[in-house]
Amino acid sequence: MLHSISQSELALSAQNVDVFYGDRKALSSISMDIYLGQVTAIIGPSGCGKSTFIKALNRIGELESEMRVQGQLEFFGQNIYSPRVNLNRLRRQIGMVFQKPNPFPMSIYDNVAYGVRVFSRVSRSLLDEMVEKALADAALWDEVKDNLKKSALSLSGGQQQRLCIARALAVKPRVLLMDEPCSALDPIATMKIEELINSLRQEFTIVIVTHNMQQAARISDRTAFFSTDESRIGQLVELDDTQKIFSSATNSRTRDYVEGRFG
Amino acid sequence: MTTSRFRETTVSDSIEGGNTAWIDLGFAWGLRILAISTIAILLWMGWIIFNQALPAIRSFGLGFITRQEWDVNQLQFGAKTYLYGTIVTSAIALLFAVPIGVMIAIVTSEKFLPGWLRSTLGFLIELIASIPSVIIGFWGIFVLIPFMKPIQSALHQQFSWIPLFGTETFGPSLLVAGTILAVMILPTIAAISRDVMLAIPQDLRTASLSLGATRWEMITTVLIPASLSGIIGAIMLALGRALGETMAVTMVIGNSDQVSLSLLDPGNTIPSILANQFPEALDELHIGALMYLALILFALTLVINMIANSIVKTFGLKQ
Amino acid sequence: MTLEQQLTRPLSLDRRIFSYFMSAIAVLFTGLALLPLLSVLFEILRQGLPNLKWEVFTNLPAPAGDTSVVGGFANAIQGTVLMVSMAALFSVPFGIAIAVYLSEIGKSGAIAQTVRFVLSILSAVPSIVVGVFAYAVIVLSTIFGYRGFSALAGSFALAVIMLPIVVLSTEEALKLVPKHQRLASAALGANSMQTVFKIVLKAALPSITTGVLLAIARASGETAPLIFTALFSQTWVEQILNPTPSLSVMIYNYSSSAFPEQTQMAWTASLVLLGLVTITNLLSRLITQKR
Repeated sequence: MLHSISQSELALSAQNVDVFYGDRKALSSISMDIYLGQVTAIIGPSGCGKSTFIKALNRIGELESEMRVQGQLEFFGQNIYSPRVNLNRLRRQIGMVFQKPNPFPMSIYDNVAYGVRVFSRVSRSLLDEMVEKALADAALWDEVKDNLKKSALSLSGGQQQRLCIARALAVKPRVLLMDEPCSALDPIATMKIEELINSLRQEFTIVIVTHNMQQAARISDRTAFFSTDESRIGQLVELDDTQKIFSSATNSRTRDYVEGRFG
Repeated sequence: MTTSRFRETTVSDSIEGGNTAWIDLGFAWGLRILAISTIAILLWMGWIIFNQALPAIRSFGLGFITRQEWDVNQLQFGAKTYLYGTIVTSAIALLFAVPIGVMIAIVTSEKFLPGWLRSTLGFLIELIASIPSVIIGFWGIFVLIPFMKPIQSALHQQFSWIPLFGTETFGPSLLVAGTILAVMILPTIAAISRDVMLAIPQDLRTASLSLGATRWEMITTVLIPASLSGIIGAIMLALGRALGETMAVTMVIGNSDQVSLSLLDPGNTIPSILANQFPEALDELHIGALMYLALILFALTLVINMIANSIVKTFGLKQ
Repeated sequence: MTLEQQLTRPLSLDRRIFSYFMSAIAVLFTGLALLPLLSVLFEILRQGLPNLKWEVFTNLPAPAGDTSVVGGFANAIQGTVLMVSMAALFSVPFGIAIAVYLSEIGKSGAIAQTVRFVLSILSAVPSIVVGVFAYAVIVLSTIFGYRGFSALAGSFALAVIMLPIVVLSTEEALKLVPKHQRLASAALGANSMQTVFKIVLKAALPSITTGVLLAIARASGETAPLIFTALFSQTWVEQILNPTPSLSVMIYNYSSSAFPEQTQMAWTASLVLLGLVTITNLLSRLITQKR
């Protein structure tokens, strides 16, 4: 589970990032690096801005509400908030899996193919291949391969979430953001998704927000601990190798949190 | 380097450029323009009617409202008869429809009757609202008028000393028109009042009942007063509809030009004279006078509906 | 008085009378409210059914006073279908577009609030005033060399009447689509047009259809705006720039006819029109119930 931090390429980098909802400051001075090919977990108590942060990364946050970002956020060296950025392209390169599975009310095949069709005209045979690969990567292919035309809503919760992962993978993003992907699932479905993340780490860079510390310890290379103080503004408290965070964290607040002394 | 492990993309890797920003912008602006054109339609409507009414406005001014004559040949026009008829028929309609409508609202919201009966009842009342006005008018001519003739005669026999029933009727009359309007606006009053009542918190009812009130006492002393503003909103909305109702009224009102105090006499309303005379109006001043009437009606219904909307909105009710 | 007596004593007389009285009034008023409905339905069936022959749907109206020919009102049905379809052709796409604007783009902004306000005013305008508007705009203008009563004018009026209904019900339908479906689509890189068409409208389609059907039912029964825009005609509908017959205007015209065959026809026409409107209304309910 441990990977040494080599001088890998920086997939995402934040420098002194503040995030506001309207006038209210939600995150303050976040500076962190996310390396290529690693799984980075973001943990912390509820309300500390973990979801806010990743929604700022693919600029989905600004669709939900009045989100404003100050500071530098870079994707492979390119400024995410540059006025020249094409939002649709950005979101294709940075995929997202949401907290509650939200498949479209279409067939399994159409769900996975949706993102590809949005961007290009691909021949049917090539599309079939892409759908199969995405479903296989998401560890769902064997379960649905005979029933691709079935409605996605007929799948179980865990299967639906894997479908959403497949859907995100089909457009071949460079980074995959996961916002508490297992919080609505039962333990067995959760386990399957953790296995899935493990198998994906060869090909994808993953940032996973989770309130489940054991999960973060199991699957991530690096862990970031976010927290708030009385001001209710989120901050990055500590970011380090996962093993270090969970056994000998530098910051006392981190130690308190991972040892369960506050939640 | 490490990137070789990563997949090839099917489009360029840059996150800049591309023309999809134009699609989003164009889409948003296209829709915005379409939405704004609805405002244009309303303004256009007001403008056109005003414009067409100008000849009459210039000739008769505001006095148009109090003049009674309507002579197509002499080109002398006045709105009094029609305003009178419109107001009187609407008043009669409210007089009948409000008590009955509120009662229906009570019956379909309180738990006297089993649930299925309440919803069936509500459904049936709604059904009235979906019947086209011309069909109700037709029924009015062949069923309601004959039905009411003896009633109207009896009213005249017994109460002719009251000017309201001072004349003998030959069938169509202001009273019949008012009755048929009542039938048409009843669903509105019933449905909205019902929504108002359902929105009143249960606590209010239980407080009253737990003090020993009977169901009806609770309704009359607590429920109705609490629902009052919403019911008034419903009444205003119904009034707005009554003012503009055309076909059913035209077919049973008798189309007379006289202002008569007797409800048993025929009369006329603004919508019905518009329906009657527009197809054949040729002279510019005639059309202008009719347009002037339409303008007055437009303004009247506008005001009533705006008042009604603000009342109904205060309670967050659907229509 | 013992406790038992206190608890079991009946209420005072006046209170009991009040309760019975109010209940009696409730029954009376309910009956009064239902009476017109039942009477209308009964009479239409009683008088209209006997003449509901096949010819009604295939023949033109018989010349007035001529009882030898079996008349029908196929042309009136034609006219109603034509004008309502034309009105829908205009008001449905336009209405859906406006609703998409209100729900997805304008939301609670100033323009959107003004548009909603304007639409509520439009829906309250008496249909006869809409007819007057259509008269002034279309009947009085020369279009393709024609000036006068036409199906075009009639459907214009109907479209204005239908528009607020379509917009209102479509906006409600769009609101029902969960927000995260839109987010999921955007997160995959779809632009707003793609998200709206492929995800939002598709999901809202049944509810939108319901609203459209309701608007169609309403437009089919309208008479006042058609009286002086489309007028009437005794012959087949051949083109849209001519006076056009319709079921509703026919009922109106025949209601004051001196010929009993015509008033009989009007009953049958009422039956057909009411059937049309009711079936459309029921259909619209069925579509959303099936979900």
